[in-house]
Order: sequence, then structure tokens, then C-alpha cells
Amino acid sequence: MAGEAGRGVKIRIKDVKKEYHGDHGTTIALNGVNLDIMENEFVCVVGPSGCGKSTLLNVLAGLHEATSGDCFLDGERIVGTDVKRGVVFQQYALFPWQTVIQNVMFGPQMKRMPKAQCQEIARKYIRMVGLEDFENSYPKELSGGMKQRVAIARAYANDPEVLLMDEPFGALDAQTRAQLQTELLKTWEQEKKTCFFITHDVDEAVLLAQRVVIMSARPGRIKRIVDIDIPYPRDQGTKSDPRFMELKAEIWNEVYQEYLEVRK
Amino acid sequence: MSKQAKRPLTQAEKRNRLISWGWLMVSLAAALVVWFCLSIGEKTGRSFPFIPSVIAGMKTMLDRDALLGDFASSMISVAMGFGLGFVTALPVAFLMAWYTPVRKIIEPWINFIRNIPALAYAPLIVIMLGVGRAPSVVLIWICTFMTMCITIFHGIRNIDNTLVKAAKVLGANDMDIFFRITLPATVPFILTAVRLGLSAGLTTLLAAESTGAQAGLGMRIRTLQTTFETNAMLGYIILIGIIGTLLNTFVDVIERRLTSWQEKREEA
Repeated sequence: MAGEAGRGVKIRIKDVKKEYHGDHGTTIALNGVNLDIMENEFVCVVGPSGCGKSTLLNVLAGLHEATSGDCFLDGERIVGTDVKRGVVFQQYALFPWQTVIQNVMFGPQMKRMPKAQCQEIARKYIRMVGLEDFENSYPKELSGGMKQRVAIARAYANDPEVLLMDEPFGALDAQTRAQLQTELLKTWEQEKKTCFFITHDVDEAVLLAQRVVIMSARPGRIKRIVDIDIPYPRDQGTKSDPRFMELKAEIWNEVYQEYLEVRK
Repeated sequence: MSKQAKRPLTQAEKRNRLISWGWLMVSLAAALVVWFCLSIGEKTGRSFPFIPSVIAGMKTMLDRDALLGDFASSMISVAMGFGLGFVTALPVAFLMAWYTPVRKIIEPWINFIRNIPALAYAPLIVIMLGVGRAPSVVLIWICTFMTMCITIFHGIRNIDNTLVKAAKVLGANDMDIFFRITLPATVPFILTAVRLGLSAGLTTLLAAESTGAQAGLGMRIRTLQTTFETNAMLGYIILIGIIGTLLNTFVDVIERRLTSWQEKREEA
């Protein structure tokens, strides 16, 4: 399966269709979605709300089943959840009755590793997100940004091959969001993982991704894929790069058209 | 959690604690004033004698060797009825939450029976089980079961599904999810259920001991009624209230220990 430049296809999404049967008839959330994501690639998905981007993430996570079509990880069909595919949710989804370290240890513990080793792994990733002073705090004592850092550490501690992120910074204020974007970029450059990142923030998508996937709504389809040819390392300064602004304007226009389409 | 409890109180917390004690005293004083006013009225005084007469009345009951027996008997009935109610409500609530047919069959009847005063069907239980402790226990069991079952069931249904999803993607199997997510997430609702269940147990006491009981606080209140001994009667009524308050405080303490992780609701 080796592709160009020695990189293989990590995730293959093939003809995925997803229907929901509700009280008001059937809704087609996704239709004919095809996408290949390379090993260690950072892909962002943007689109108006209701375009099925979260549905696509849930299908990849194995939390929802596609009505037809298949997804593959390393050529293997995706069925159900798996520790190879880590997920970061918008609502943090931390276990409120567990401390920070207990939350981060959860994944290793599920692998039935000895407790000392779980703690060691957890501490490593808590340090990575800079929360070593809050190891024994409960989620209620943390700010939104800190909670999401814990969620990211928790996902990393399980050493997934793929990180699926569902608008992880969507609920944060602008400054915290910028800070977490920078941190995520740094982490990804240090410890490469295949990232599938959903956002409605075009700025965020262009800053983070190697490719931005634009989705159109009703039914959710892939409208266009834009290569972001801005070299890494990137940081908040990248946002004033002329190429950044050009790409951002281009993608923003496309997304806005889709938004108007939905409003019609 | 324990780390927080041992932390010395801040100045503001000390002040808040003092203020809430102050209000409690004001509330108590107001109640005493109302009580006293009732006791000096010609008609109201017959029903609401003041503290010295109530104490004298309780003393008489103690001398008659009734009070301690009544107290013990009622507590045993409530403990047994509540215990049975709890151990049955917990699994039934989980079954209702997990299996729709179970819920569809049971829930309407719980809601139907819950609205009927226990006093109404108490005689049926006595006719069925005969006099003695058994009907009291069964009646308390029924009432506490219904209250706790519905409360726990709604609690389980309200568990944030994202937490279950998060556990799944981290590799948790069904067992892990039950013991590490569902159960801890349900604890606050189980404690609320315990609180409501204990209260239901006490309020059912009168109905439970209305027919055929040999002793008990509820049974005694009814017999004292026939002899117009309102001083002892009022004493017994207040005693039930005190027991309820103490049990409630006890649940509060457990709640603080077990669920301090919860996001605090702002107190007005």
C-alpha cells in the first residue's frame, strides 16, 4: 500500500453513506464519501453545521456504523471502536469522579498494564500538556482549556495510531484556543500521528492541516480538498503569512457558499 | 477529596458557616414562638401543649415501658423495609434502563401505585400477611422500592453518553463500562434515592403500623389519639421528625464524601 514519498495510506474511506431514521423520515447525513488519508498526515475537515463531519468522525471511530460503504485502517475494515483510533471530544468527556492522573491512566489500565507503568505513562503525557501541578485535581477544578489538555493527554497515553478530534477547541475562548493550537502543532511535530481534525474555524484548519477537506451539506459530501503548502513548523505567526491568508480566503468563501446553500 | 476536607477554612467560609448557624437559630426561635402561641390558645392549646407538657408526656410513656419499645420496633421495620426496598430497587432500575420491555411493563404500574396513599391498601396487606411485623415491613418495602427504583432509573438514563463513548474508544469493555463509568456516574442518584427512600419509609410508618402492629411510633400515635393524650402524641410526632432529620444529615455526610467530584451547583 506504499504511496508516494514512502508514505502509505493510513485511512481509506470508501463510498461511505450514512442514513438516520428519525420520527420525521430518513435523513442522509453522508453520501458517497471517498477519502484517503496518509500515514502521519494532518487532515482538517471544515463545512457548515449539519454537513455530516461529526458523523464521519463517529464512523471512523467505530461509534456509528455506516449504512453502506467501508472505512479501512491499514487496509483492515473498521468495525467498532479500537484503541488504535483515539478520540478527543468537544465536550472534553473527562470522567468527573477521577483525578487528572486517573483520567489519563484510564487507557493503559484498560490494556491491563501494571499500575506503576500506567502512572508512568500518564505522568509523561501530563507533563507534555504542562499540567504536572494538577495531577491530583478533579476536572471540576480545571478551566476549559486545562480540561481539553487532559483529554488530549488521555488520548495520547493510549498511544493510538490515529487521532480523531471532533471540534476539540470549539468551546474555548480565542486566546486559549490559539495556545492549544500551537501546543497541538508542536506535539504533532514531535510525536507524529495521523490526525483527523474537525473544525468549523477555517483559520484553525489552515493553520494546522496539510490538507483541508471542505464538505457540503445535505447530504454530506466532500466538495473539495485543498493542499496547504505552507511548511512546518507553523505557529500563530503563520497566520500573517500571505499564502496563509490567500488559502484562508479561498476556503472561507467555499464554506460560506455552502453555508448559504444550507440556509436556503 | 480528603485533602480538601483537611484544608483549614478560609475567613469567608467561617463567616458563611456562622451566618447559616445564625439563620438556623432564628428559624428555631420563630418556631418556638409559634408553638408557644398555639399552646396558650384555648382550642389550639389542646392539640399543641408546650415543651414542658410534651416532655412530661414522653416521661409517662417511658414509665409505661412503651417509648423505647416503640422506637426500636419502628426502626427495625423501617430498616428492614428500606433494606429490602434498596436491594430490589437497584437491580430493577438497571434492568429498566437497559431493557425497554422491562421498563415498558413495570414503569406504568410503579407510577400508578405511587399515587395511591399507602394507608389505602395497608389493610389488604394485613389481611394477606396477618398481624405482626410482616405487613409493616412489606408496606415500607413497597413504598421505598417505588421511590428509589424510579429515582435510580432516571439517574441511569441521564448518564452522559459521551463518557461511555470516551471509555469505549479508550478500550473499555462492557464490564469496565459498568464498573468504571455507569456505577460511579449513578452514585449521586443512588444517594438521592436513599434520601427519598428513607423519607418514604418514615412517612409510610403510620400507614404501615395502622392495623395489627404490636408496637411502634405510628401505632402509638394512633392509640394515644383514642385517649386524647396529645402531649405524648406531639412528642412522638416530633420524634419522627428528628429521626428523619438525623437520617438526612447522615446521607449528607456520605454524599459529601462520595460525590465531592461533582460540579457544584451555585447556592442561592
